[in-house]
Amino acid sequence: MTERVLRLFVSGNAASSQRAKETLQQLDKDGLIDGWRLEFVDVLAEPDAAEKAGILATPTLTCDVHARSRRIVGDFTDKARMLEFLSIELGKRP
Amino acid sequence: MTETEDDDVTGVLDRVKTGVEAFDELVMGGLPRGRTTVVGGTPGSGKTVFATQFLVNGITSANENGVFVTFEEPPREIENNMQSFGWDLHRWRKEKRLAFVDASPREGDELIMGEFDLNGLLARIRHAADMVGAKRVVLDSLAQLFDHFIADPMVLRRELFRICMGLKQTGLTVLMTAERNQEYGEITRYRMEEFVADNVVILRNVLHREKRRRTIEVLKMRGSHHAEGEAPFTLMSGRGIVAVPLSSLRLEQQSSTKRVTSGNADIDAMCGGGFFRDSVTLVSGATGTGKTLLVTNFLAGGVAAGEKALLVGYEESRGQLFRNARGWGVDFERLEEEGQLKVVCLYPEAQSLPDHLLMIQTLVDEFKPNRLAVDSLSALERIAPETGFREFLISLTSFIKKREIAGLCTATSKSLIGGESASEQHISTLTDSIILLRYIQQQQLMLRGLMVLKMRGSEHSKEIRQFSIDSAGMHLGQPFDAVPSVFSADRHDENGPIQS
Repeated sequence: MTERVLRLFVSGNAASSQRAKETLQQLDKDGLIDGWRLEFVDVLAEPDAAEKAGILATPTLTCDVHARSRRIVGDFTDKARMLEFLSIELGKRP
Repeated sequence: MTETEDDDVTGVLDRVKTGVEAFDELVMGGLPRGRTTVVGGTPGSGKTVFATQFLVNGITSANENGVFVTFEEPPREIENNMQSFGWDLHRWRKEKRLAFVDASPREGDELIMGEFDLNGLLARIRHAADMVGAKRVVLDSLAQLFDHFIADPMVLRRELFRICMGLKQTGLTVLMTAERNQEYGEITRYRMEEFVADNVVILRNVLHREKRRRTIEVLKMRGSHHAEGEAPFTLMSGRGIVAVPLSSLRLEQQSSTKRVTSGNADIDAMCGGGFFRDSVTLVSGATGTGKTLLVTNFLAGGVAAGEKALLVGYEESRGQLFRNARGWGVDFERLEEEGQLKVVCLYPEAQSLPDHLLMIQTLVDEFKPNRLAVDSLSALERIAPETGFREFLISLTSFIKKREIAGLCTATSKSLIGGESASEQHISTLTDSIILLRYIQQQQLMLRGLMVLKMRGSEHSKEIRQFSIDSAGMHLGQPFDAVPSVFSADRHDENGPIQS
């Protein structure tokens, strides 16, 4: 199985970035995104990575396993919609 | 480098030249350093070119590197597009004098949900600026950025403001382009100039009488003076934006007392010894009165005195001009071969008025003539709006004087007998000398008369001299003693001459 990565670009300790990070960590803890590796990239520390990924806004969550890359900008106000957009079925373990 | 608010108080702002010379003059030397300028324009108005030129000038002339943040086209396309202006962005990028931040649209799906900021963008710009040690930053164009986050204009405004402040803190001079929907009206779409810009510049591309007229205007300069009004500009391959200076800014020519020949000894005598070397003379007359002959004499006389002469013809082809000259005993072909004369003919409609002006300036810079003739201004007049024509004339005459060239321009009066053409009205105050050529009816004969109407800084003959034209050129004869008015067109009646 190829490794699947969810990469979250954050900026330092900006509030919206922190909220997105916590939400993602909580989902992971709840076992809702098993099989995905989480990566956090701070654009302030790694601007090169932000340039490469073409990040404008933070937080941005990127997911490159689909035919077309998918990304979510913002602090995930709607978790169910977020998972649906990423084609992750709730609670399903791969 | 830090820019403090004290600068506003002292009025001393360090200036950053844009490379568009005439524009820098409008804003008293360049854009204020460390400030943010929004350049607004409709699609195709030249915003990206202006922005790029700002960066290019920094790299090539001021040893200031730059960052290009593109929201619209990918960097490679910009590099390709700008090549026609002679700008090798690709090389500068390799030499680390220019860095791109590629924020052009990417493939993929994106969902915007919840709160966000644009720290990613700011971090990338700062990083790019650090990498090349940039002093100048361009963001092109904000409209695409707003469109990207179209549901959150309020957030965008806040974030854009933060980005501007963030870049300002590092002493960067920022130029942002913004879309306008129409040439006159709302300044920019999304009204972004209101919250981010210290300065606002507008580029226009107006269709007027089936001609495109491009202008640049400074709308606002915080803490600084600027010239008002629209300065015409043109896009030139190899140079980018070339603006025509607003003539109102300068009246600085010095005056020479050195005389040069008009090419005709009698006219020299009437003018008190010839034209001044750095003067502009207007020859005005109806069609067929001998204006082009006077031009031919002027050119040939100059060459005979060891000068170089340039003729820009708008009415006749080279063939016609050469044949005419031969008919008056002047061999243009030989003079051109000897490198003493250059004749350039084209249709006025071939290009816009600013282009004509820049072409003449380029020709003068290359050929370095001592005298220049333009035949005729009236032909040019028909392609431009009145204000544009006046600007053209002022710019042309001040250019001629600045280069200490003797200039001769012709204007065709509409009426055969007298009267004024519009170009005469425009130019009469700008030229140093005016020579009138008129048909003068005497009994049953139509004769030609020549008079020197005005000769700035010198005495001149007040006579109206009869003249004839033959294969050797122009011959001045006796003064008329009784002639109808040479100015009014409406009083030539069946009773012959009227005492004026």
